[in-house]
Amino acid sequence: MRFPRGKLVAIMGLSGCGKTTLLRHIGGVLKPTGGCVRFDGQVLHELDQRGLYAARRKMGMLFQFGALFTDMSVYDNVAFQMREHTDLPEELIHDLVLMKLHAVGLRGTHHLMPSELSGGMARRVALARTIALDPMLIMYDEPFAGLDPISLTVVGDLIRQLNNALGATSIIVTHDVQESLKIVDYVYFMAKGVIMAEGTPDEIRASEGDFVHQFVHGEMDGPVPFHYPGNDYRQDLNLRA
Amino acid sequence: MSVASAIRGIGHRVVNAVWRIGVAARFFFLTLVYSGPSFRRFHLTIKELFFTGVMSLIIIVVAGLFVGMVLGLQGYETLKRYGSESALGVMVALGLVRELGPVMAALLFASRAGSAMTAEIGLMKATEQISAMEMMAVNPIARIIAPRFWAGVISMPLLAALFSAVGVFGGYFVGVVQIGVDEGSFWSQMQAAVDFREDILNGVIKSLVFGTVVTVISLFEGFDAPPTAEGVSGATTRTVVTSSLAILMLDFVLTAIMFRGS
Repeated sequence: MRFPRGKLVAIMGLSGCGKTTLLRHIGGVLKPTGGCVRFDGQVLHELDQRGLYAARRKMGMLFQFGALFTDMSVYDNVAFQMREHTDLPEELIHDLVLMKLHAVGLRGTHHLMPSELSGGMARRVALARTIALDPMLIMYDEPFAGLDPISLTVVGDLIRQLNNALGATSIIVTHDVQESLKIVDYVYFMAKGVIMAEGTPDEIRASEGDFVHQFVHGEMDGPVPFHYPGNDYRQDLNLRA
Repeated sequence: MSVASAIRGIGHRVVNAVWRIGVAARFFFLTLVYSGPSFRRFHLTIKELFFTGVMSLIIIVVAGLFVGMVLGLQGYETLKRYGSESALGVMVALGLVRELGPVMAALLFASRAGSAMTAEIGLMKATEQISAMEMMAVNPIARIIAPRFWAGVISMPLLAALFSAVGVFGGYFVGVVQIGVDEGSFWSQMQAAVDFREDILNGVIKSLVFGTVVTVISLFEGFDAPPTAEGVSGATTRTVVTSSLAILMLDFVLTAIMFRGS
């Protein structure tokens, strides 16, 4: 897999096919048993902890449900990395935090606690926190999961706009075919830990492949069966032929 | 179940237990190694001191008062048989400073602050807050664990001392104010019999040991909890059970070392 600089790439596939595991490899949380992850010219699993942390400072990750720090306000969540990794004066951090929150449309929530936000708002605050230090690589783990249609469109547009504005590389792990095909530059389809198909959104929409066709159109049966493998149905019900 | 599978099961459990102790020891070592940042930014430790220490004050004061009152009552009844009511102050003070203060305060600390620490860290793990911190290149042991560890170690002796002090007052209230033991002999015998190094300092050492053990168990259980509701609740229960047993066992060992023959 390649994720070219400045591009927005989606990784799609069934639940349990290894998408989130792949993100964890890219973030250096897991070490590969084979192959390697190369980021900004460095092989991640060869780095020591200091090197890995230096690489992670150039990355941002939006977790599935935001993973905001619940004991900190919205403001402190966004300011967290600035305080941890820079010596910026508090006045400058204040302006930067408000700018990041303004970029996601939530400047007015800076005094709230995460428990006071809706799911969509929490995801947007987490997005502001993710881009706090203008990362080179932004990873999104199921950014559309559990969002209402308006929030879904807002988050999708924000991901695209922020990618363009920051010039960052973005990787989206998602199930949401229609929303992600609207915003991404390239798509990888995964199943059972391997790439089943890849291409631009137009190529994916036009794909004749059984797996891609079933996934894009949400068909119930196909290469991915509806029924989990089991014994013969009649046998399980103790019926005679 | 065959004998072989039963033995295999026991062996598996023993290996798992030893493995877990090893992981916990490594966790403790890393906590000490990464304690530097929590000292450089001491406000993080101060914040945790509030949650672990200050928020435990009420339960410690109330429990200490009642334990002291019971000691005063029971002590008076026993000492009266030998005509030694005047030694009530000594009995209450030594009982509290040497044993009940450190042990009871540690048990209360484990059930209030320890379980809260485990649940908080377990939930932080379940909601991916710890993973998020790691992805932000912030070491969670340095940022989350170390300040809580030092807050526990610092607050435990202070809580134990407070427990003993309030307990002595409870014993005084029952023995002197309610029953009528001579006030002068209550305080003077206590002053003469309680030794700073032998009794008070050993009590402080005990509470320091208990504080360290309870806090490490609480933090480790939270950090090691499976990221599910069941996992967090199980970890919280294990914190209270393991901490309580560890306190009682260590108390025996420390008492045998400190007070044998004194």
